[in-house]
Amino acid sequence: METVFNKVRKSAPKAALLMAVAAGAMLQGCSSTESSEAAALVSGVAGDAASKVYVAPGQHDELYTFMSGGFSGQVAVYGVPSGRLLKVVPVFSQNPENGYGYNEETKAMLNTSFGFVPWDDLHHPKLSRAAGMTDGRWLFVNANNTPRVARLDLKTFETAEILEIPNSAGNHCSPYPTNDNEYVLAGTRFSVPINVEGDGKYEDVNFDEYKEKFRGSISFIKVDKEHGDMDLDFQILVPGFDYDLANGGKGPSSDWVFFTTYNTEQANTLKEIGASQNDKDYLAAINWKLAVKYAKEGKAKEMPAYYYHNKLDEKSHIAKSEIKKTVRILRPEDCPGLMYLIPVPKSPHGIDVDPTGEYMVVSGKLASVIPVHSFSKMLKTIEKKDFIGNVGGIPILRYESVLQGEVKEPGLGPLHTEFDDKGNAYSSMFVSSEIVKWTLKDLQVKDRIPVYYSVGHLVIPGGDTKKPYGKYLIAMNKITKDRYLPTGPELAQSAQLIDISGEKMKLLLDFPTIGEPHYAQAIEAKKIAPNSVKMYSLEENSHPYAAKNEKEARVERKGNEVHVYMTAIRSHLTPDNIEGINVGDEVYFHVTNLEQDWDVPHGFAIMGNNNAELLVMPGATQTLKWVPQRAGIIPMYCTDFCSALHQEMQGYIKVSPKGSKVPLAFSTGAKKPKA
Amino acid sequence: MFLSSVKGGAMALLCGMMLVGCSSGENETYYDEYKQEQGANATAAATEAPAADDGKGVGPVTTVALGEGIEDAMAANGKTIFEGKCSACHQLSDQKVVGPGLAGVTERRKPEWVMNMIVNPEEMTKKDPVAKKLLAEHLTQMTNQNVNEQDARAILEFLRQNDQAI
Repeated sequence: METVFNKVRKSAPKAALLMAVAAGAMLQGCSSTESSEAAALVSGVAGDAASKVYVAPGQHDELYTFMSGGFSGQVAVYGVPSGRLLKVVPVFSQNPENGYGYNEETKAMLNTSFGFVPWDDLHHPKLSRAAGMTDGRWLFVNANNTPRVARLDLKTFETAEILEIPNSAGNHCSPYPTNDNEYVLAGTRFSVPINVEGDGKYEDVNFDEYKEKFRGSISFIKVDKEHGDMDLDFQILVPGFDYDLANGGKGPSSDWVFFTTYNTEQANTLKEIGASQNDKDYLAAINWKLAVKYAKEGKAKEMPAYYYHNKLDEKSHIAKSEIKKTVRILRPEDCPGLMYLIPVPKSPHGIDVDPTGEYMVVSGKLASVIPVHSFSKMLKTIEKKDFIGNVGGIPILRYESVLQGEVKEPGLGPLHTEFDDKGNAYSSMFVSSEIVKWTLKDLQVKDRIPVYYSVGHLVIPGGDTKKPYGKYLIAMNKITKDRYLPTGPELAQSAQLIDISGEKMKLLLDFPTIGEPHYAQAIEAKKIAPNSVKMYSLEENSHPYAAKNEKEARVERKGNEVHVYMTAIRSHLTPDNIEGINVGDEVYFHVTNLEQDWDVPHGFAIMGNNNAELLVMPGATQTLKWVPQRAGIIPMYCTDFCSALHQEMQGYIKVSPKGSKVPLAFSTGAKKPKA
Repeated sequence: MFLSSVKGGAMALLCGMMLVGCSSGENETYYDEYKQEQGANATAAATEAPAADDGKGVGPVTTVALGEGIEDAMAANGKTIFEGKCSACHQLSDQKVVGPGLAGVTERRKPEWVMNMIVNPEEMTKKDPVAKKLLAEHLTQMTNQNVNEQDARAILEFLRQNDQAI
């Protein structure tokens, strides 16, 4: 026992997880160890951590956590408190696991004005809201690279819709739902030339014209109350800064949304220097309800645009792209009271509004204090016109007049803040790798806990809503040196689960994530689980190429195109012998899964296909395109283990040389349909 | 031995829950609710007893009233459902495909058994002795095609018609 213990102590960083599972007595022994590193690690782990995160086999987690997959372009769903990965939902990236972005039905989801873009950088998941609380209906996420906003349907855990955002570049500051989900707002990170005066089309702009020609935009995406469908209602043209993050007000500040900015110097090169010249940057406060009113009153000017809107049909499961050609633009100078600028520390990153809606917490990455602004003071400052200047007619409020107070010496590199249900705020410290707990009441630091390492966002379930579920906090870390078994130069990024139910924070668990876990949203399981779809009804399948029973399975030729109407059920494909296909034909396999049973998808793959596979859900139809390149016998098979005879779920396709006159024929067993 | 170990596990779980319950705050009603729910499930799983075999199978169907003759309209409806949901695996003759051939099935089995097998195949192949044997023979879990009781009754009528025609 002693030897094992010593071994553990020596490999301290790796020991934390083991310690979490160890008995209380052993933990006490460890906390008095001489190794300072081990002591630091172990003291952070709660003695009863293992029991607090243990979800027994067969039991369900308390919460769903939707974590951004960052540069993987996907969303990962984890159970909390167990930290178990439940699902990866592809959004902006092709996913060979289920054919998303490869099959004919979903390719259209990745269409943009730049063509087919099969990857993106997914940063911020945000759950839909009702009355300022998460309602478990949809998840909105942003594409940071090629500006897009997607909506995921939480009944099916599939991407239902992707909307491209015009007049935007680097859609980082996005997406932020208003309290009743009336709108989802998206701000541009990179300001770009927006030719409002002209015809909206490309104008030959030089970099040294940045200050005159470059602008930011805030997009107002209207969300259909019933179905969630998105529609770009209008955009606000804002000064040419970089827009970084946003968060909506609540309660008294419900009508407002706040955006952090950097590069208020409007530098266009070597930004780390160019954007560090001014003393402060700004928080942009926008009265979104007033913006909607102005837009309705006709203050928004229509201008040409070109962007894609891709939607997946619920019944046919086929995505269609629509090209939109105009957008309405609202300019702050035409709209008094629409927008104000509030000075904040240099290069702010986080803006978070507390559950009461009174306090706006703004962290500056390099600032030594966290300023807390007061919403009611903001209103008074506006009323008194206590301005210190303006940018393009947008008033700048006096810092001191809006400020409630500053949190002193919070740590190094404050980034993001979330709130619990007891008046506490928790801020992530990127540079000093810790979470700092402080109170809104007196702005005093109450507790701090180390994280491993370089934490970015953190999330408290409902921590950005009116009533947080203040039991857990999840830290999302950028670096995990020494935390897990080495896996070459790149290590899994991580999330850490921290218990915040008591006075002191307690580390419970850390778990690897798909990269990068940028931000997350968590919600009580009961708001989602009961609505989860188990299968699609075959009767309701409106796919034009569906074969709803084996009688309908067939092969048809239309010139160079061959359409195979195929069915899949445990444990055979129909037809499973096909001939009469020539090299160079465009063969479309429309595979319908005839099962009406939960968790029995069938896969479909063809040897040598320059594509992916299909993974067809029960009752659904999907299409795989295949262009055979050589004559021969080509096998096809089911990829998803479906029954004891799954391995036998296979068949052959005979491919004849180009120009052959072999007639089409197909069969399954003895039931030979007429060719 | 098996049952007692399951019970032991459940006890350990419950103890764990109590511990967690003690350390949680006051206003976490959802959490308490959640733990109670999970606890109830664990207890239910531990006390499950094997079903008695009366030849009617395991499931929601306990009595079926059959008419003297075949109700043609119901049988016709059953035929349509059968072709959509069953014919991929079952022949109406005695030929096995994926599952057994269905000729004579209404003579071999009680009507309740046939309907329970259609609407409740997973539980049937776990608990009903005849269904268990059939799974061992055919090796593919009979697909739950999400057939409701009314439709299962129609399929039964169609199978009766099929058997009378032979």
